[in-house]
Amino acid sequence: MRESMEFDVVIVGAGPSGLAAACKLMQQANEAQRALTVCIVEKGSEVGAHILSGAIIEPKAINELFPNWQEMGAPLNTPVTEDQLFMFLNEQKSIQFPNLCVPKTMHNQGNYIASLGNVCRWLAEQAEQLGVEIFPGFAASEILYHEDGSVKGIATGDMGISEYGQQKDSYMQGMELHAKYTLFAEGCRGHLGKSLYKQFDLDAKSDEQHYGLGIKELWDIPADKHQPGLVIHGSGWPLGKGTSGGFFLYHTENNQVVAGLIVDLSYQNPYLSPFDEFQRLKHHPVLKQYLEGGRRISYGARAITKGGFNALPKMTFPGGLLIGCNSGTLNFAKIKGTHTAMKSGMLAAEAVFEAINNGCEGRKELMDFDNRFKSSWLYEELKQSRNFGPAMHKFGTMLGGTFNFIDQNIFGGKLPFTLHDNKPDYAQLKSIHDYDTIEYPKPDGKLSFDKLSSVFLSNTNHEENQPCHLKLTDLQIPISYNFPAFLEPAQRYCPAGVYEVIEEETGPKFQINSQNCLHCKTCDIKDPSQNITWITPEGGGGPNYPNM
Amino acid sequence: MKILVTVKRVIDYNVKARVKADNSDVDLANTKMALNPFCEIAVEEAIRLKESGAATEVVVVSIGPKACQEQIRTSLALGADRGIQIETDTMPESLNAAKLLAKVVEAEQPGLIIMGKQAIDSDNNQTGQMLAALLDMPQGTFASKVELIGEKVHVTREVDGGLQTIALNMPAIVTTDLRLNEPRYASLPNIMKAKRKPLVVQTPVDLGVEMKTHTQLVKVEAPTERQAGIKVNSIEELIEKLQNEAKVI
Ligand SMILES: Cc1cc2nc3c(=O)[nH]c(=O)nc-3n(C[C@H](O)[C@H](O)[C@H](O)COP(=O)(O)OP(=O)(O)OC[C@H]3O[C@@H](n4cnc5c(N)ncnc54)[C@H](O)[C@@H]3O)c2cc1C
Ligand code: SF4
Repeated sequence: MRESMEFDVVIVGAGPSGLAAACKLMQQANEAQRALTVCIVEKGSEVGAHILSGAIIEPKAINELFPNWQEMGAPLNTPVTEDQLFMFLNEQKSIQFPNLCVPKTMHNQGNYIASLGNVCRWLAEQAEQLGVEIFPGFAASEILYHEDGSVKGIATGDMGISEYGQQKDSYMQGMELHAKYTLFAEGCRGHLGKSLYKQFDLDAKSDEQHYGLGIKELWDIPADKHQPGLVIHGSGWPLGKGTSGGFFLYHTENNQVVAGLIVDLSYQNPYLSPFDEFQRLKHHPVLKQYLEGGRRISYGARAITKGGFNALPKMTFPGGLLIGCNSGTLNFAKIKGTHTAMKSGMLAAEAVFEAINNGCEGRKELMDFDNRFKSSWLYEELKQSRNFGPAMHKFGTMLGGTFNFIDQNIFGGKLPFTLHDNKPDYAQLKSIHDYDTIEYPKPDGKLSFDKLSSVFLSNTNHEENQPCHLKLTDLQIPISYNFPAFLEPAQRYCPAGVYEVIEEETGPKFQINSQNCLHCKTCDIKDPSQNITWITPEGGGGPNYPNM
Repeated sequence: MKILVTVKRVIDYNVKARVKADNSDVDLANTKMALNPFCEIAVEEAIRLKESGAATEVVVVSIGPKACQEQIRTSLALGADRGIQIETDTMPESLNAAKLLAKVVEAEQPGLIIMGKQAIDSDNNQTGQMLAALLDMPQGTFASKVELIGEKVHVTREVDGGLQTIALNMPAIVTTDLRLNEPRYASLPNIMKAKRKPLVVQTPVDLGVEMKTHTQLVKVEAPTERQAGIKVNSIEELIEKLQNEAKVI
């Protein structure tokens, strides 16, 4: 029998949604002078270690949670001073849009450029001071159910198991954490979230979810090139026809900039490598002018959930809720998910606290959440942006962009119809016979780099002697089907070089270098055969991002 | 018997150290910090001795800014009983650390002091030795095995080409090597309990130690980057390059 601990609320994941929920729960409890036990488990070695975002943060949610966050020292130090939007025509040329032509949702006055990792570290300090127990280095690996089918809590993974499943010297059995309510705040494509969707059929009434892969680097640049508060967005080159996505470059504090590319995972060309697209993107004069002479400090990648309003699942089920990007609360018209994730956590916290305060012992489904959600600014905001993503998918970046301009600026997102996009991303990939190979330029070691030296900068590490956390349902598929049809695309979409097909005398062999994994979840999303399942490795493993 | 264990907060071994632009030091802003791995082994060894009944109490001490309380809490979660933080603004140089620790030893009177052989940030490998000298105590460095036999502690040391076992009178100082043990993970209930275990804060002034500066950090440089390799087409070309470009033959 595993040991167990009892809490009022257990939260899985210390991202903005989980931390905001925890803070809001304790604030209410302290105000009502009621004892409440809340704990958060976080798979990263510390809070923030697995957080990778842009990030331009809209302060709407944090204003509500901590109205005096400025005096409290929240690390939102760089207000946006200038917005620039580009369309890249080729590797040299680009058009800069005049401000008037930019959809309103892409304006950033009043927002802040920040490291979401650092914001989470700060939120965790506040949560601990309010009395929340935070356990970094522990992954929730399993959902526990009551006999009546309601969620009872989670179990943390066993530690100290060898590659072949034996107990090592350091073996420690996982623990059961029981709660009246469990909040799943794992972020995009949470692995427990995925099984909750199935268990409770949460997406029965919603459109297919869509995803993007964001790859990001942090750079130190020469002081004379640094313009704190400058925000640059754009799309077009190097992404070819049939591939949508966009890049960003933000000037943060301390002579640092962040640059990144988000590639929609609905892409069709099996030869596409998001990593190499990003590497060559940095040679475009618009980015190069800032990065040249600088030094790359960190690298990482993370998927984003971008289906928006139409793809939102039911967020409640007996004994728990899905919050943040685990349910897909990101506003794709703004490419912002932080304030919405936080708000969803705060709304969940209100519903949960009210129930517990009224003597509820869990097990029930918090129907009341839906009303709170529907009467919140969060709902209104997501609804207004509902056509943005599907328009881009349907009409391409140019025409879709025009549609979005009209929809967002002239009709304020209130056009009386809704666009739907119901083909899952993994089903979009086409055969290698439909495309020519893409020749990516060799990295120059100054602006562009190879995958391995990039992964090195993510500080990722997994205890080597443990079971592989990337599970293949069918061991043969990578070579028997994915290889002939798509030249096994995992070799290219994985931003960490985890998957390799090695030519051996006996024929090609599929190899998984799981210790390089960045926990971005792309393989779980994009594998055309849906044959790869990402499960939690031993807690504490994975990237150690600094201020990402 | 009481065991005193020293622990240091250092940059996490998974994190790639980065030199500051002005070469003045390693840049630790926003980097993940952790318990020095050799200190973690020291804590584990002390807890095992306590579990075996050979020791009754494990006290951990750390020197540094307030943040190092995190490493003391980690040690308490692993099973140590109480903690002492000696508050300093920066990480002290080895001799100052040894002087501060000597005062703690005088006050605590432990039967055994277990330390990491070195910290992975500065790689000095000297604080244990200095402490032994200051206290005039026997020392067993680079321990790969520690046993209490009668009134003595037997320490097996990794030396060039083999193992050496020595017996020390107690109180003694032992510094740990990598193969001494495989530290356990802290369990959730123990992490919660650790938050309530006693931790006292002292200052160098409280201990009557004057922090003198003996050494000065002049410069830190990143290793020179390796040049990319080249392919040669023939043995003649290889020899030519080795002779004229690399100038090694
Ligand atoms: C490249 C990129 C750029 C972005 N730019 C912006 C931007 O400019 N502005 C903006 O507002 N948003 C931006 N976003 C989106 C934003 O980062 C997300 O919407 C937000 O982080 C979602 O918060 P969350 O709490 O739902 O999940 P996350 O931030 O993903 O946090 C989830 C946490 O849960 C942990 N976890 C997951 N599973 C488990 C488990 N089983 N057990 C224990 N712990 C677990 C994870 O380690 C992580 O710490 C960007 C995202 C990306 C990838
Ligand atoms: S293995 Fe999967 S989750 Fe890990 S980095 Fe690669 S694509 Fe991302």
